Amino acid sequence: MAEFEIYEKSPAEYNLIQRRAKRGMRSQVIMFSLMIFLTLISFTMVTAFQADVMGFSKYLVIPVLLLFAGIQVALQLYYFMHMKEKEHGFAAMFIYVGALIAFLTVLTFLTIVWWYPIYV
Amino acid sequence: MSTAAQKKGFGATLWEWLTTVDHKKLGILYFLGGGFFFVLGGIEALLIRIQLLVPNNDFVSAGLFNQLITMHGTTMIFLAAMPILFGFMNVIMPLQIGARDLAFPFLNSLGFWMFMLGGIFLNISWFTGQVPDAGWTSYTSLAITSEGHGMDYYAIGLQIAGGGTLMTGINFLVTIINMRAPGLTYMRMPLFTWTTLIASAMILFAFPPLTVGLFFLTFDRLFGGNFFDHEMGGNTIIWEHIFWIFGHPEVYILILPAFGIFSEIFPVFARKRLFGYTSMVFATVLIGFLGFMVWAHHMFTVGLGPTANAIFAVATMAIAVPTGVKIFNWLLTMWGGSIKITTPMLYAIGFIPSFVMGGVTGIMQGAAPLDYQLHDSYFIVAHFHYVIVGGVVLAVLAATHYWWPKMFGTMLHEGLGKVTFWFFFIGFHMTFLIQHWLGFWGMPRRVFTYMDGQGWNTANAISTAGAALMGIGVIVLVINAIMTTVKNERVGNDPWGDGRTLEWAIQSPPLFYNFPQTPLVRGLDTVWIEKQEGNESGITPAVPLQDIHMPNGSIIPLLMSLGLFIAGFGAMYRLEASWGLPVLVGGLAFTFLTMSIRSIKDDLGYYVTKEEIMNDLKREGGRK
Repeated sequence: MAEFEIYEKSPAEYNLIQRRAKRGMRSQVIMFSLMIFLTLISFTMVTAFQADVMGFSKYLVIPVLLLFAGIQVALQLYYFMHMKEKEHGFAAMFIYVGALIAFLTVLTFLTIVWWYPIYV
Repeated sequence: MSTAAQKKGFGATLWEWLTTVDHKKLGILYFLGGGFFFVLGGIEALLIRIQLLVPNNDFVSAGLFNQLITMHGTTMIFLAAMPILFGFMNVIMPLQIGARDLAFPFLNSLGFWMFMLGGIFLNISWFTGQVPDAGWTSYTSLAITSEGHGMDYYAIGLQIAGGGTLMTGINFLVTIINMRAPGLTYMRMPLFTWTTLIASAMILFAFPPLTVGLFFLTFDRLFGGNFFDHEMGGNTIIWEHIFWIFGHPEVYILILPAFGIFSEIFPVFARKRLFGYTSMVFATVLIGFLGFMVWAHHMFTVGLGPTANAIFAVATMAIAVPTGVKIFNWLLTMWGGSIKITTPMLYAIGFIPSFVMGGVTGIMQGAAPLDYQLHDSYFIVAHFHYVIVGGVVLAVLAATHYWWPKMFGTMLHEGLGKVTFWFFFIGFHMTFLIQHWLGFWGMPRRVFTYMDGQGWNTANAISTAGAALMGIGVIVLVINAIMTTVKNERVGNDPWGDGRTLEWAIQSPPLFYNFPQTPLVRGLDTVWIEKQEGNESGITPAVPLQDIHMPNGSIIPLLMSLGLFIAGFGAMYRLEASWGLPVLVGGLAFTFLTMSIRSIKDDLGYYVTKEEIMNDLKREGGRK
């Protein structure tokens, strides 16, 4: 079997890691509560819309819901799936290129492939 | 684990190959599996050409002809070209980046066995007499109404093989991104590694649409789905879109590694650095991206309207720009070089005019109005054979000669190699050049015979004669391979004498852990740099000699794929045989069982100790 070398961290390194972990934990808790807060707002909006509360038309509720959904996806990717950290550049690039290709494909269908028969 | 010197029984050898997770062995398996299907597809091609030799021929029936063209196309694209390229990627790419294996050796093995069993599944259709017969594009309406289980073999077989391809593509991506040797920055990567990276990224984005499309087709045919049935609210055109959203990137997945192979061969035999390396990388990335933006040029005559046709025509022609950049870079690599005409170099030189001709006819079809004239004629057949045979197959044959010593430790006979080249090259142009005119003269593709007196007779006879020459070329290659293997004259690290990349600085074939010490990469063509500076070994180690962690072999990948293979038959015969449903469920359950065994059982691999590596080095030190 292999001989394993044991590497001992110096106190300074140890402190640095501790500090970073603490900061990471803090940001995760903050983002988690923000996400719960956004979810609460979303449910409240939909409930208000169903109860015919004045001002909550579907033209307000749907765009705001979509916006919140987008924010939630971004928070999920960046904070809980660690995309904001270093060395995740490649994963980020692949996600964005994939999203771009999917977007362009859908856009093509909506704009130039399936609109034409409407006009003839 | 120093097993090199021991003699093994047949059973033990077989077990070793069935359970291997070594990238070099899996590469050889891919190469042999793909080679087998290549010969199979070639025989189908010859039968097609014999049928078309004379007018009103009845060598095969119309139905059998449809089966032959379908299986020829499907076999050549999915079971021959891709796996052979995967074989080279598997063996060579880790060596070029100084890695000991792919990132996920187990997954690599699973990918291979899924391809192999998917391919066998597809070809079992020949024995049941119900063979796919709706063309390799399998356009629905036709594919859905096709009788018997032919198209089910197509859908399920490709589903299994495609899953393996997707896995291995991801495996290559992870390997190249994470496992490069110290100093090997992206802009120092050999071009073959670059094209493997881009082709794998394209696999990642292009194969999911195929998976979805094939599931739709399977459900329409076997489980009462109505995705493509217009009478039930489906849309048959959707299949065409889905297929080509996959299918167009697929042809670039094939051609990019071919570009990579030639980008390795030109500098070695021109003995000159690759001209315009940066622009080569940029062109590769650009072709990869644009490949996703042009799928509808296969569908100009569907009636998408002038806007869609115009936009896709322009996008299609845009791809000629990066491709042209590559062609000029290869020419300028040779310019002023000290050129050595070896067999791989012959293929490389033959490739340039052949591929340019295929590219130019591609631009012609890219012009939507002209495509209305050319569509479904023999011109199309000529075009795609010029790019696939003139590009991909020439690259595969070139790489076979070029990397044979690295894969098997022996050198293919150069004289016979050149005989293969001339037979194949002349035969190829004879077969397909004349087909451009056949298209102009109005011969439609996919017809099983034609009437006399239309002026097509001579051209078809020439075409068939050319196909025979190609067949002779391949037979000479097989003879060459067998002769070389029987003679078994071992060669040294760099039998071509001018190797530039890392694979030429280690033994042929490499030790099972590839590099005793991880190498340090000092630039593009690092071995060349080291040799210029007087380092005979061509390699500078980046780390001291250490124990090496290696993965254990496993039979589970084969069993996992076998479960899917069996489930495929169950799905097909679910309604008409009482054993259908139990076999479907049982096969899937077996796959899940093997998956859970894999998850639960820890396999931490083993270590090759320093002493064993020292012993290997001492033994190898004896011969140079």
